[in-house]
Amino acid sequence: MRELQVGLNQTQKVRLQSALRQLEELSSRVSNSSTASVTVADTIPVNLEDGVLKGHGTTEHNGEVVATLCGVVERVNKLVYVRTLRARYKPEIGDIIVGRVIEVAPKRWRLEINFSQDAVLMLSSMNLPDGIQRRRTAVDELNMRSIFEENNVICAEVRGFQHDGSLHLQARSQKYGKLERGQLLTVPPYLVKRRKQHFHYLEQYGVDLILGCNGFIWVGEHIEANEDEMMIDNKSEETGKPDLKFTALEMQEKAFTPFVTRRNICLIANAVRVLSVLGFNLSLEVIIDTVEASSSLNLDIKDMLGAEFCVLTAEREVKRRITLIKKKC
Amino acid sequence: MEFVSPEGLRLDGRRPMEMRQIRAEIGAVSSADGSAVFEMGNTKVIAAVYGPREVQNRGQQLNDQALVRCEYSMANFSVGDRARRPKGDRRSIEISLVIRQTMEACILTHLMPRSQIDIFVQVLQADGGTRSACINAATLALADAGIPMRDLVTSCSAGYLNSTPLLDLNYVEDSAGGPDVTVGILPKLDKVTLLQMDAKLPKETFEDVMELAIQGCKAVAQYIREVSTQNFIFLASVSQLSVIRNLSMLHISYLLAQTNEWSI
Repeated sequence: MRELQVGLNQTQKVRLQSALRQLEELSSRVSNSSTASVTVADTIPVNLEDGVLKGHGTTEHNGEVVATLCGVVERVNKLVYVRTLRARYKPEIGDIIVGRVIEVAPKRWRLEINFSQDAVLMLSSMNLPDGIQRRRTAVDELNMRSIFEENNVICAEVRGFQHDGSLHLQARSQKYGKLERGQLLTVPPYLVKRRKQHFHYLEQYGVDLILGCNGFIWVGEHIEANEDEMMIDNKSEETGKPDLKFTALEMQEKAFTPFVTRRNICLIANAVRVLSVLGFNLSLEVIIDTVEASSSLNLDIKDMLGAEFCVLTAEREVKRRITLIKKKC
Repeated sequence: MEFVSPEGLRLDGRRPMEMRQIRAEIGAVSSADGSAVFEMGNTKVIAAVYGPREVQNRGQQLNDQALVRCEYSMANFSVGDRARRPKGDRRSIEISLVIRQTMEACILTHLMPRSQIDIFVQVLQADGGTRSACINAATLALADAGIPMRDLVTSCSAGYLNSTPLLDLNYVEDSAGGPDVTVGILPKLDKVTLLQMDAKLPKETFEDVMELAIQGCKAVAQYIREVSTQNFIFLASVSQLSVIRNLSMLHISYLLAQTNEWSI
């Protein structure tokens, strides 16, 4: 936020500050009773007679429950824990994440996913491109680089922790796998909420948007489900020679992303950037809303990162939250 | 030289038991997991924390706790004479070690096994008491990075010149060669994690000087807690839409009454 404020002129600064103050007021009015925020070493008031389970972010000192993080106190029955915001990603089983391969090791890939350790994707816990269920052979192991190389961006699912504390991933579906022709954005993980749907296909833009739970966000060209591809392969095999030329052309076309799509990718990526700089939660509706706002203003894509649009986005968010509250009534 | 005038004022116009003005700001380095700027008068320090992340050197990996590393450096422009300093001189190695040990004592390292936490502190402006300022900045940065800690360590120095205990020495007082006591405490647990002294002091006087430094630490602690709470509330309120969504109806109607009058 601070590096952003440097680029603002005086009016914009005042507008942004007032917008943020309004947001603060809105949520402070709402959350005064339900959530209490604590700092490190603050005592958390609990009723010890009921029995208390101390969760993450708490310790005991002199018979009191004490916070070890800055965050909000959450209570679930007897469990008391502190939920923090600006921390590294904490994986939960079933999370959809986006990561970058940093090492190809025997039978496994190591991925950077913004966790305190590297995640591991075993060769055995992913579907091979041929789609056939079979044992992984030594040949497969040698060909691992043909699937993912170093620095590839991958989408996968959290499988769980092994006994030795390492984090394992899996990619057992067509929707997981290598991501190509797009942009990877990194935002603080607390801005991405766990939802039913993390894969989004924005039809009007021809763009795929993956909101990884670990704060890695993928904006890339839309890729049709692989089943069609396999159909085409089968067809060409049946008809034999004449289709070879056709497939070669098609391949060429595939390697090329149309200009419009590239523009749209940048458009959506910049919307995500603006929202994450301001520290707003990222959801599909908000992102689309921001994109539409920019196109209704006839802004250039590069101007979306400018000061004016940033302030406008903050002001729109204030309005949106107010209407949301009114609607609930 | 006279460090305390007959009127009881120090060279920079402070009283003997007065601290310099302190100011802290969270989130100065955007690429870091946590960062902070801390100022004590003219001393200005920036700290950035990376991690917990994968251990870079596998040989150093610890299976039961996190590895804490710290690097202290002084910017060339931080002092008056602008001398080119080698990166790993003895002074900065020593201070790195001191900061690392102090922070390690408060981080709950056993919660993050097989990972590494890097703390980088750089002095942007040096006017005495850089050691304490670095520790205070590092604490704030660690809290910002969401790393679990026993307590927020704070540090402050005190000295003894012209037979008067002085709180928070500046550069001129520091270079007078008198005793300089740097103390780091865990204010909530009431424990000392750092105690350093140059030169000698009689036992009775030492107690007074240390007590003064501890008072200084407590004052810093109060300010640091305030800053980190403020920062958290700001982040939460800006991002948290879910707080608004999970509302009881009663609450909303109250809220609406307020927003109505405020939108007019």
